[in-house]
Amino acid sequence: MSAEATAINMAARASLWLKPHRIVLILIALALVLCAIVFMRWDWLPQYWEMGLMGIWRALWILAVTCALGFALAVPLGLAQAGGPIWFSAPAKVFCTIIRGTPLLLQLWLLYYGLGSIFPQYPWIRESWLWPYLRQAWPYAVVALTFSFAGYEGEVMRGAFAGVPRGQLEAARAFGMSRWKIFRRIWLPQAFYRALPTLTGETVLQLKSTPLVATISVIDIFAVSSKVRQDTYLTYEPLLLLALIYMTITGILVFAFSRIEARIPVKIG
Amino acid sequence: MELLSPVAPGWGGTLLVGLLHSLEIAIGATCLGLLIGTAGAFGKLYGGPVTRDLLAVYTTVVRAVPELVLILLLYYAGTDLINQVLGAMGYSRVDISGLAAGIFVLGFVQGAYSTEVIRGAILAIPQGQIEAARAYGMPPGLMLRRITLPAMLPFAIPGLANLWLIATKDTALLAVVGFFELTLATRQAAGVTKAYLIFYLAAGVLYLAVTLFSNLIIGRVEAWSRRGMPSVKEAR
Repeated sequence: MSAEATAINMAARASLWLKPHRIVLILIALALVLCAIVFMRWDWLPQYWEMGLMGIWRALWILAVTCALGFALAVPLGLAQAGGPIWFSAPAKVFCTIIRGTPLLLQLWLLYYGLGSIFPQYPWIRESWLWPYLRQAWPYAVVALTFSFAGYEGEVMRGAFAGVPRGQLEAARAFGMSRWKIFRRIWLPQAFYRALPTLTGETVLQLKSTPLVATISVIDIFAVSSKVRQDTYLTYEPLLLLALIYMTITGILVFAFSRIEARIPVKIG
Repeated sequence: MELLSPVAPGWGGTLLVGLLHSLEIAIGATCLGLLIGTAGAFGKLYGGPVTRDLLAVYTTVVRAVPELVLILLLYYAGTDLINQVLGAMGYSRVDISGLAAGIFVLGFVQGAYSTEVIRGAILAIPQGQIEAARAYGMPPGLMLRRITLPAMLPFAIPGLANLWLIATKDTALLAVVGFFELTLATRQAAGVTKAYLIFYLAAGVLYLAVTLFSNLIIGRVEAWSRRGMPSVKEAR
């Protein structure tokens, strides 16, 4: 696209934003924000912002780790359901159904309180090298969120694997590729491109699930806001700021994924 | 196992009461969400520019903020607002029942999602059907009742069914604000008896049963809403 066309495009976009009613709405929104800044109490911010940054960092870290691990688990789950023999596909289907059929909060509490109360009864677990980790809350949070992401994304990957045209796989076989090579070069990349748009939504959903880990005493940004509320007896200010933080992270995630999506080949299949 | 028995020494009855509360909230929230969603979808499609922008803000914000944060925010803000309005009008403060607050909060969240689902479904109706209704001189209300709503149903039901399943699971979040539903009942039972694993597994089985039963019903409803339409399988 030439520079002129870009300029025209920008102008068109600007005029789209600057319709009279939009200007009024934006002014009202700004007034509301100003009111919030002036009339609400924000004097607790300097005391807690360091803790808040740590909380954001921890939430993002949990999000990244569980999405990566969950996707790694979702690929075999989807593959087993799409083309596996029944003794692979049936357990995978049961796993996905259970994960998708029960609330994440219950899964989290089942792992943390349920398994967490079983483990100390066995001396050999208490003496093993895993024990220092099992006594903390975050491994349970990571496992629960990973399973949840894998359950939902496994279902998506099943559809994506099944959606790759047969001709592509047959052509690969005709070229004499080995089964592993077909999977690595043809099946997985095409399924991944198919699943990418839903991956954005799943990642945003996963971000919105991360505050649940605060209920099992992992200090993420949600837990920090709860602490502020307990310490200062303020109800709205920490929650409003928290909502704003999550909206910002969501916006950044959606923007980043749209950039990645724009780079993949448009024509599939 | 005797811990799960429904009579007094066991905690099975507590769990079932919790399940009942969860289902009440889920049904109420889904109905409220459908009302908001239908109105929102029509506002987004046929409303003026201001309505459209406000609805866009509503759906975007609600879908970008975690449900847990929204529940806390609306739960406190909603009850506080009602009490302030009542106070200004000279009435004494009332305690909002957890059930009503829960239905309102989850319905508000569901409304944003169902707005998008119903909007997409209305857009999927063949344009000719709506034009034909207009050509017959149908007033908008009659057209909505006779043409738009029945014609969009087959497109909307998969999305709405998904929302129902999400609603049943989102009720668990109300445990965090202290509403007595299945997850909180489980937590209390487990806390008292120290048999954590049994009770959490039992609650999981209950939730799963609700989901599987819903899936059965949804399949029936979907087949019913598609009656008279050409089958996708036969077309192949």
